[in-house]
Amino acid sequence: MSTVLEILHIARFGLAGVFLLGGGFFVLAGAIGVLRLPDFYTRLHAAGVTDTMGSTLILLGLMLIAGFTLLSVKLALVGLFLFLTSPTATHAVANAAHKAKLKPLLGTYRQTRKGDNEGGSQ
Amino acid sequence: MNADFITPLDAFTIIDLILMLMLLIVGLAIVRLNDIFAIVMLAGVYSLVSALWFVSLDAVDVAFTEAAVGAGISTVLMLGAMLLSSRTALPAKPVRKWASFFIVLATGAALMYAVTDMPSFGDPLSAPNAYVGLEYLKRSLPDTEIPNVVSSVLASYRGYDTLGETSVILTAGLGVMLILGMGGKINGQLKKKAIDYDNADAQAHHTVLRVVSKMMIPLIVLYGFYVQFHGDFGPGGGFQAGVIIASAVILYALIFGVDAAKAAVPPLVVRIGAALGVLIYGGTGIAGLILGSNYLDYNVLDPHSAPHGQELGIMSIEIGVLITVCSVMLVIFYGFTSRQPDITDKDW
Amino acid sequence: MNGMQFLAGHFNYIVVIILMMTGLYIVISTGNMVKKLTGLGVFQTSVFQLYITMGKVTGGRPPIVAHAPEGAEHAAANGGEHGASTADTAVRMVHDMADVPVNGVIYSNPIPHVLILTGIVVGVATLAVGLALIVRIRETYDSIEEEDVEEAEYKARKAANA
Repeated sequence: MSTVLEILHIARFGLAGVFLLGGGFFVLAGAIGVLRLPDFYTRLHAAGVTDTMGSTLILLGLMLIAGFTLLSVKLALVGLFLFLTSPTATHAVANAAHKAKLKPLLGTYRQTRKGDNEGGSQ
Repeated sequence: MNADFITPLDAFTIIDLILMLMLLIVGLAIVRLNDIFAIVMLAGVYSLVSALWFVSLDAVDVAFTEAAVGAGISTVLMLGAMLLSSRTALPAKPVRKWASFFIVLATGAALMYAVTDMPSFGDPLSAPNAYVGLEYLKRSLPDTEIPNVVSSVLASYRGYDTLGETSVILTAGLGVMLILGMGGKINGQLKKKAIDYDNADAQAHHTVLRVVSKMMIPLIVLYGFYVQFHGDFGPGGGFQAGVIIASAVILYALIFGVDAAKAAVPPLVVRIGAALGVLIYGGTGIAGLILGSNYLDYNVLDPHSAPHGQELGIMSIEIGVLITVCSVMLVIFYGFTSRQPDITDKDW
Repeated sequence: MNGMQFLAGHFNYIVVIILMMTGLYIVISTGNMVKKLTGLGVFQTSVFQLYITMGKVTGGRPPIVAHAPEGAEHAAANGGEHGASTADTAVRMVHDMADVPVNGVIYSNPIPHVLILTGIVVGVATLAVGLALIVRIRETYDSIEEEDVEEAEYKARKAANA
C-alpha cells in the first residue's frame, strides 16, 4: 500500500516537473517569436503562446505540487483570470492596430522584404 | 558587520542575479530611448521586475504594492500625462550628457565607497536584522493575534508613521486638485446630457472589451475587499486594497468613458472619501485617548482583551487607509481626465 | 573574508547603486520632464530595493508568523537559559536570536517592508503631483522641454522689462 502511494507521490512531482519545463519551453518560444517574427500581427501571435500554453502549463505544474489545498484553488482562480483576460488583451491590441490601419505583411517574408522595406516593422 | 557570515551562492541568489540583470537592461533602455510611450511602458516593466525581485527577497507585501502601484496606477497616470503633453523627448546635447555622466560617476563612486560598511546580503545577525525586527516578529502574535507582522507593525507599532503617510497621500490628492481642478463641473452637466453609452463607434470596436470588463470589474472589487480583510493573515492591507479598488473604477472609466465612471462614483463622493479616511484613522486614535490611554493605543478598545482591542484598532485604521488611498487615486485620475488632450486619435 | 566572499555578500548593493545612478542620470541628463519623472521613479524603486535587500535573511520566509508548533516554545526557552552566567549578555542575546529566531523558523526582517510599503504609495501620490505640474506647464508654455520653457520665460521677462 505504502509503495503505491510512494510511486504516486513520485509520479505527481515528475509530472509537475514535465508541466513546468513544458511551460518554460512555451514561454521561451513566445519570447523568441516576439523578437524574431517579421511584423506586428505575427509577433502578437507569438506573445499569445506565452499567455495560453506557457502560463496554463506552469499553473498546472504548480497545482500538482500544491496538491488538494487552498493554494491549488487560488492557482485555479489565477488560471481562470488569465483565461479570460489574456485573449481579451490580445484582441484589444490587435483591434487597436487594425483601427490604426496597420497593414499585415502578406506573401512570403522574402517577397515583402524585397518589395518594401518599411512594411510592418513598427 | 558580522565577519563570520558568508552569503551562500544558492539557487535564490542566482534568481536574484538574473532579475538584477533584467533591471539593469531595462534601466539602460530607458536611458537610451526618446519615445515617451516606450519609456513609460519600460518604467512599468521596471516596476514589475522589481516586484518579482521583492518576492524573491521575502517582501511579499511590498511586491504586491509595487505591482499594483508601480506597474499599474503609475503607468496609467504617466500615460495620461503623456497624452496631455507630448510623445517624443528631444535628445540631450552631448555636453549635458557628459556633464551628467561625470556627476553620476562621482556620486556612484562615493556610494560604492560606503558599500564596504554594509552588512553582508542575507546576514541574520546584521544590525538591521538582529534587534527591533526580530522583537516585532516575536511579539506580534501574542500582542495583536495577527500573523502578518508587516500589517501589525504598519498599523499598530508604527501607527504614527502610517498616519503621517496617509496624510501625505491626502495632501498629494489636494495638490493635484488645486493644480488640475476639482473635476466636478462635469457632474453638473451630466444631468442635462444623457451619457453616451451606445456610441456607435465605440460599440463596434469594443464589444469584447465591454463584455469581459463587465465580468471582471465586480471580481476586481471583490478581490480588493479580500485583500483588505485578509491582510491580517496574508500579504495585503488597506494600501493595496485601495489601489486595487481604484483600478477597477479606472478600468470602468477606460472602457465605458469617464462620464459613466463619474456617474457611478461621483467626484464629490471621492473628495469626501479622501478626507473621511484620514478622519477615521485619526478618530481611532482619539477613541484611545477617550478610553483613558495614549493616542493610537488600541489595547483599551476592548476592555476585556488587549489583543482583541489591537485587532479592532488595526481593522479600523486599515479601513481608513483603504478609503483615503482609493479616493485619492480617483481624485488624481479624475483630475487628469478633466483636461482636454492635445493629441488626437490621428497622431497615434 | 576574501574578495570573492565580499562580492558574494555585497553584489546586491553594487547593482542597486548602479541602478540608482541610472535613475539619477536620466533625471539630470534629459530636458524632457516626463522622462525626468520616469528617471525619478527608477531612482525611487532602487532605493526601495536597497532597503529590502538589507532586510533579507538567508533561508528566511516572508514575515507571516504561523502559530507556534507544539514544543517550539520550550526549545526557545531552553535556548535562552543556556549559558546564563556569561557576562557578555549582548553577544549571547544575538546568538540566541540566530539559533531560535521565532518558533524555530527564520523570517526576513519586516521593518524595511513596512517602511517601503507606505513609501511606494506616497511615491505614486507625489508622482501624480509632478505629472499634474507638467500638464499645467504644457498648457502654459506649450512644451515640456526644459530649454523651451526657460527660453519662453526669458523672452517674457525681456518683453516685460522693455
